[in-house]
Amino acid sequence: MMRIKESLMVVLLLLFLSTLGFGQDMKVTETMLPNGLKVLLKEEHKSPVVTFQIWYRVGSRNERLGKTGMSHLLEHMMFKGSKKYGPKQFSQVVQRNGGNDNAFTGKNYTAYFENFAADRLEIAMDLESDRMQNLLLDPKAFLSERDVVKEERRMRYEDDPTNTMVEQMMATAFSAHPYQWPVIGWMADIGNISRDDLYDHYRTYYAPDNATIVIVGDFDTKKVLTLVRKYFGSIPRGPEVPKVGAVEPKQLGEKRVIVKQEAELPAIYAGYKVPTIKHPDAYALNVLQGILSSGKSSRLYKGLVYEKQIALYAGGDYDDVSADPNLFYVFAGVMPGKTTEEVEKAIYAEIEKLKNEQVTDEELQKAKNQAEAGFVMSQDSVFYQAMLLGQYETVANWKLFGQYLDGIRAVKKEDVQRVAKTYFVEENRTVGILVPVKK
Amino acid sequence: MRNVHKIMKRCILIGLMAAMVVTPLTARSAESLGKRIILKNGMVLLLSEKHEIPMVSVSMAIKAGSVAEPVEKPGLASLTASLLTQGTAKRTASQISREIDFVGGSLSVSGGADYASAGLRILKKDINIGFDLLSDVLMHPAFDQKEIDRKVKETLASIQQQKEEPSVIAGEAFTRAVFGQHPYGRTNEDVAAFLPNLLRQDIVEFYSRCYGPNNVIIAVVGDVNEKEVVSLLDEQFKGWKPVNGGIPARQTPPAIGAVTVKKMDKNITQANIAIGHLGITRENPDYYSVMIMNYILGGGGFSSRLMDNIRDNRGLAYDVHSTFSAQKDAGSFRIWMQTKSESANESIDEIFKEVRRIRVEPVSEKELADAKAYLTGSFPLRMDTYAKIAGMLTAIEVYDLGLDYPRKYPALINAVTREDILRVAKKYLDPDHMVIIVLGNQEKIKLKY
Repeated sequence: MMRIKESLMVVLLLLFLSTLGFGQDMKVTETMLPNGLKVLLKEEHKSPVVTFQIWYRVGSRNERLGKTGMSHLLEHMMFKGSKKYGPKQFSQVVQRNGGNDNAFTGKNYTAYFENFAADRLEIAMDLESDRMQNLLLDPKAFLSERDVVKEERRMRYEDDPTNTMVEQMMATAFSAHPYQWPVIGWMADIGNISRDDLYDHYRTYYAPDNATIVIVGDFDTKKVLTLVRKYFGSIPRGPEVPKVGAVEPKQLGEKRVIVKQEAELPAIYAGYKVPTIKHPDAYALNVLQGILSSGKSSRLYKGLVYEKQIALYAGGDYDDVSADPNLFYVFAGVMPGKTTEEVEKAIYAEIEKLKNEQVTDEELQKAKNQAEAGFVMSQDSVFYQAMLLGQYETVANWKLFGQYLDGIRAVKKEDVQRVAKTYFVEENRTVGILVPVKK
Repeated sequence: MRNVHKIMKRCILIGLMAAMVVTPLTARSAESLGKRIILKNGMVLLLSEKHEIPMVSVSMAIKAGSVAEPVEKPGLASLTASLLTQGTAKRTASQISREIDFVGGSLSVSGGADYASAGLRILKKDINIGFDLLSDVLMHPAFDQKEIDRKVKETLASIQQQKEEPSVIAGEAFTRAVFGQHPYGRTNEDVAAFLPNLLRQDIVEFYSRCYGPNNVIIAVVGDVNEKEVVSLLDEQFKGWKPVNGGIPARQTPPAIGAVTVKKMDKNITQANIAIGHLGITRENPDYYSVMIMNYILGGGGFSSRLMDNIRDNRGLAYDVHSTFSAQKDAGSFRIWMQTKSESANESIDEIFKEVRRIRVEPVSEKELADAKAYLTGSFPLRMDTYAKIAGMLTAIEVYDLGLDYPRKYPALINAVTREDILRVAKKYLDPDHMVIIVLGNQEKIKLKY
């Protein structure tokens, strides 16, 4: 309920699981109901639990300036009552049944989940099918919840200097695409959103043909499919969803943004525009990501944190499961007594090395081993499995998963070098720097 | 992203898990969670064989937490733990990270209050490498001076950076006020003051006193069989010498004479508020009643009274929750929230109203039934991964709960009555002797407390 917010959570999971893909044999049953609802079911009987997730294809990508943050605020309102389950009931029902529920909004999706002991799965369907169609959006509850979201924004951004800088960096990187604004929305925009705005947003995007249900856990596919049909089968299709036509033009030179905030240590984030999982280069970029920043033996950690001791932390992240091209960013926190300049230079030196020299056989094999191990270990959690299926399906196609490991296995040293040369160039870079000031 | 970690942690804390801080596990499961085996060298092994996934998850608890460090050397235990993976007699720090990364596994050792902990996650096919690394870092750490210097520097920098995190500053002030000089009260500030004077000898002495097989619990969950794992552990940990251990006398946390307010000024938009006092130990017979009482008050996510009142009805906070952290010694009872500066007074008023109410009015039948239903019904979710099972096995051993604890748990929960809740609320919540920490822009907060 924490309406966890933001792709931030997703990014974190991806940090854990960045190396993870699903092998060829995914044992997923895919069904499309006549009303356009996509259903992905995966039986996993190792423990008596189940996760139910519903992914709507709407996020901050589908918003506009002046009203940014609508998807996230709507996500909050989804817990404030629907026809059958009125105000305050939703989470109470889940908890009374020993379940945990929550939701998260990202740039490309809004997702809701309930984790239950296996015998309670039907409750999730009853709850989710009700709020897919019959959300109350009570005006008084709306005003109060909008204040809650403002508090959330204060906590995450206003009072967090590094997040403020990253937010500015994203806003600088994208000039024509909605990825420029934060998922939670700009503070003034949150205040501009009305109850009716949310109602329109809800009516436009919350429909079976704009959603995917993912269920992973201890159940029988045939029985569960019958239940899904019972609860969701009669919900009518929604209106046609407006297309997001925005295309970010080619960047023509480095962009920089300096953020001066009360803080203790400087930090630097440099983002390069890169293609998504829908592009074949994504495999080599993922391998590169592993080599650059996965584990303490990775180049950024070893070089900047361990050997040079100029950074308190350093890493890289590739936002690959994305509807439109997003960023591959590298980042570091500056150690006391060191300068932002030397840390920035050291980051670029690592990048240049990837362009000028091939990675070693050991590094390449390590990245591939991490991907394989990540795949195996991911099977330990029904929640993460469902999460990845939902994410892939919402921005592209879950079957891309099945190809992931093969794609990674096929990456050669030359490919890593090639993608480094292609994307990690200065003209394609946006840099955000946090400059601590004392107020 | 660095900050992501923090955010995730929060979410876990504020949600239902908050209630779980004091709930190692619950009901509805097989007779026994695993098997308890004493290894040749005296180590306690808890084993749960699970063959669905070709991987192994290991969790260790070592009686080498900050309670074991000398009072005048705060941070020693934690630093020692973090240095174990930074080089051994036969491997450098870089070799260790290279080996574990190469097989896509993870290996970590970190400090704690009562216990230090070690963890290993590895594919079945690589368990020889994994246990070789694990035993090597635990038995043969080098404590190279260069690594010590590096870790000290890193720790100091990290402490400095945390000064920009309001939740850390307020949390530290709360800890100090509640625990005083008791080891649970060690703050960043104490550690930062001591570390520059730390000697290699301190670390070696602490290690030699605390790290040994008789001080260690190891839980292994995954694709192994008993014979295989016992012989592997006997082999890997062969020759590890028992230690004297020993925990220095602890100072008693200070009594809180009256409501004690600490205002801390920082130029931020929210007031970060921590309210509470000393709590209970895990061994306290009222533990289960307290846990249910806290679930209803502020531990039960959106079903809790604090959340309902302060977030749901008033829109004053994104997060408000309460926790009893029950450990070997009494932990804290803490209510935690952030709200815009202007709402601080109203929020604190409401917090105190709720604390007073649960002390004088019995909770409703429905509240009690719902809390019990959640705590017993969510059991399967608390052991749905190998790592979670390993964590539970460790807790069972640490608190002597018995391997049949999952079976006993529903009865322990279901025995609690409304009268129990009222009694423990009166006994363990004391609104007239609470610490109130308020961090934020004091000019705007205008605290009336």
